Amino acid sequence: MSTTKKLVLVGNGMAGIRTIEHILKLAPHAYEITVFGAEPHPNYNRIMLSSVLAGGTTIEDIVINEWSWYEDNGIRVYPGDPVVQIDAERKEVVSQNGVRASYDELIMATGSQAFILPLPGANKEGVIGFRDIKDCETMMEASQKYRKAAVIGGGLLGLEAARGLLNLGMDVTVIHINGHLMDRNLDLPAGLMLQRELEEQGMKFLLNKHTEEITGKQRVKAIRFTDQTVLEADLVVMAVGIRPQIELARNTGLDVNRGVIVDDYMHTSIPGISAVGECAEHRGIAYGLVAPLYEQGMVLAKRLAGAATEGYEGSVTSTKLKVSGVDVFSAGQFKDAADTRSIRIQDDVDGVYKKMVIKDGQLIGAVLFGDTTDGASLFSLIKSGENISGREKEILLGVPSGGSGSGPSVAERMASMPDDEIVCGCNGVTKASIGDAVLNKGCNTLGAIKSCTKASASCGGCKPIIENLLTYYAGDNVGEQTKEGICGCTSYDRDEIVAQIKEMGLKNVKEVMNVLGWNEPEGCSKCRPSLNYYLGMIWPAEYTDERVSKFTNERYHANIQKDGTYSVIPRIYGGVTSPAELIKIATVAEKYDVPLVKFTGGQRLDLLGVQKENLPKIWEELDMPSGFGYGKALRTVKTCVGNTFCRFGTQDSIEMGIRLEKKLDKMVAPAKVKLAVSGCPRNCAEATIKDLGVVAIDGAWEIHVGGNAGVKVRAAELLCTVKTDAEVEEWTYSYLQYYRENAKWNERTAAWIERVGLDHVKEALADRDVRLALVERLEVTLGHTVDPWKEIIEDEKLRKNFTPLSGAEPVTH
Amino acid sequence: MNKFRIGHVADIDEKGARTFLVQDTEIAVFKLSDGSLHAVENRCPHKGGKLSEGMVCGTAVHCPLHDWKIDLRNGKVQEPDEGCLNTYKTEVDGNSGEIYITIAG
Repeated sequence: MSTTKKLVLVGNGMAGIRTIEHILKLAPHAYEITVFGAEPHPNYNRIMLSSVLAGGTTIEDIVINEWSWYEDNGIRVYPGDPVVQIDAERKEVVSQNGVRASYDELIMATGSQAFILPLPGANKEGVIGFRDIKDCETMMEASQKYRKAAVIGGGLLGLEAARGLLNLGMDVTVIHINGHLMDRNLDLPAGLMLQRELEEQGMKFLLNKHTEEITGKQRVKAIRFTDQTVLEADLVVMAVGIRPQIELARNTGLDVNRGVIVDDYMHTSIPGISAVGECAEHRGIAYGLVAPLYEQGMVLAKRLAGAATEGYEGSVTSTKLKVSGVDVFSAGQFKDAADTRSIRIQDDVDGVYKKMVIKDGQLIGAVLFGDTTDGASLFSLIKSGENISGREKEILLGVPSGGSGSGPSVAERMASMPDDEIVCGCNGVTKASIGDAVLNKGCNTLGAIKSCTKASASCGGCKPIIENLLTYYAGDNVGEQTKEGICGCTSYDRDEIVAQIKEMGLKNVKEVMNVLGWNEPEGCSKCRPSLNYYLGMIWPAEYTDERVSKFTNERYHANIQKDGTYSVIPRIYGGVTSPAELIKIATVAEKYDVPLVKFTGGQRLDLLGVQKENLPKIWEELDMPSGFGYGKALRTVKTCVGNTFCRFGTQDSIEMGIRLEKKLDKMVAPAKVKLAVSGCPRNCAEATIKDLGVVAIDGAWEIHVGGNAGVKVRAAELLCTVKTDAEVEEWTYSYLQYYRENAKWNERTAAWIERVGLDHVKEALADRDVRLALVERLEVTLGHTVDPWKEIIEDEKLRKNFTPLSGAEPVTH
Repeated sequence: MNKFRIGHVADIDEKGARTFLVQDTEIAVFKLSDGSLHAVENRCPHKGGKLSEGMVCGTAVHCPLHDWKIDLRNGKVQEPDEGCLNTYKTEVDGNSGEIYITIAG
């Protein structure tokens, strides 16, 4: 580049920074870039704010570009310092803090703000929009102090905010001016189904209500409606819409309407100034969804980088509601009109509703509720505008994958899709990037594409299209599904690998990878641990556990914490300890200054914050077996008091728990395994949400399997009811061994049972001889185990890896 | 440029790592399966995870905290993530097996 031009970006959000990212790719040294942003944060993913409220995602997780990205790309950034004035004559901007920056090119990307209804009392404390990180923080703080929340607006944004507030433990009422929810995106039947679903989740609704006033002294106390009814509320979230932020543009003299008016190349009315994103109005539309804004950003970046571009021609948009447990998809024109015909399926039993709106043989809109898997393919039909006459029913009942219809096949549709079309809206991945990943980077599975491009890594809504593109690009046999291997290193699945290991007598990880033609000579962090598990499961007597193929936790037999320290959980069989044992644990914790001693959820003690080099010493002084609190192994056997002391106890649950735990205490498995034993049907040990739970009834024991209380709550199912203690053991051990031999690595019993079905397992264990053979195989495996802590304490070669090298000595020349 | 003797090749297991401290920086020395040694700053650019505890696959290590994959030869973070970390020149005395690391500064 001959000269470096100056580029100023006004607004540090998704659309603007996306544009900059593309400019950097297309013309890395063309511009000296300065960014001003009103918010104090780096560029983050606004779409994910609802996930932050929903819990499980942190503010840090949704940052798209860390501060280091700005630094690495030589971008000067002024966060928390919005531009307040643009002098288009002198080509200079001035920020709130008085920073002046001159430009050759200026991009307006000021986004939009939540529209706050101009009601009396709308300025009271506790009345907010749902737009940025600060709003999220306000909601979280409010939920600590207050109970009652009201959301004004029953559209997409309002419902996501309401779901978030429910997750924060608040009592939530949604107020909507129309008779059904999401009326901008859904027709009446879908709107009613959605309402039913959300009411089941605990949301309350006031429909056809118009807010008149927000009352309270300093802080909001209540909302009064035009019918003079009142709703108490300590927090009011306005989610009635967004308005482009155009004040600065207007003051600069740019042509504005609802937004800053731009042409197909994102030019505004003043040369040298472009606009992109939610603040821009293109052909009369100011978009508020991410995909069109990324498309605009791409066009603008190409123009500023001097690359060829067709220009932006507007977008058909689609909507997905991000509320867990509710699948809603809507695209295009979904309402019936005089010149449209529609076709719909409504199934109130399964809560599924599908509707397609057709005009002149073309699909122009769709609504899906309860089953949104076809959303992506319907959306691409809407965008392509192809004729679907005669195929309507076929399409609504599931898009066929061949070219049997009169219209183009999937492959033809994929071929006709433009290269720069964004197929993953969450992460802005284009068709061309998918092609590049498949053709040039050796991605031949959905997983590989996901890890290479991040496509379908956020909400997963685009998965069907990505799969179609994969098939399309993977070449020779279009239509043949490329199989998903256990990871990107192989196309073999779990069952094939296990069969080959047995058949060919493969005895170690390296050999498996060589013989089965892995495309990474030393595998990856997914296949290595799984191969290590399968080999150990198949050859219990001969196989030596390969430490280097295990996760940190299982290599150091302790849980790694976020700061690099570790935790120690010794076995406390059945949750029963003794004064002597407690004194021993306390003495060690004091001696080594353990920062935190905590009871775990599984009736044991956890010593947290231990330095790695102290682990072997602590284990040695505790002189207790490892509780495997870090491993894909038997974790804990939780027990209630049982008939030892409890006046309701019908059986000795403590004794049974200890017996099972002593037997299984060194058992490794495809994933962690948690057991519980309850001494009566009151089930105080919560045995019905465990991988295997034993519940005593008068004169017998029930065995429940496949329960889970973690990521996805699942009630265990009854495997069998048995009379004697010996039978409890026989069924427990045979069931667990059957799981060990048949599940995928990292697949919890709950997921495994969902996959294979309880009936299959019952059938497999029906024959007592089969059960006894399984028990015997488990016993052989257990016979070859040693306590990992003891092993490390006694072996200097293993122990050395817990300490740093003894110090660097400077070498003098 | 400062050179430090930090230990002996036998101190480090294949596909393993050991750490040492120089001027307040924790450095991890890895031994790959071809016997080569590579020293990098023991801090994942993502959230500061200790790479010395990660799984070594080929010429890369997977960070134990969030599975970021880092090429030990040049400190480069592999796709789809981005970033890079400091690497240090590592030499082994063929006769004695002593390991030497060069730190700029």
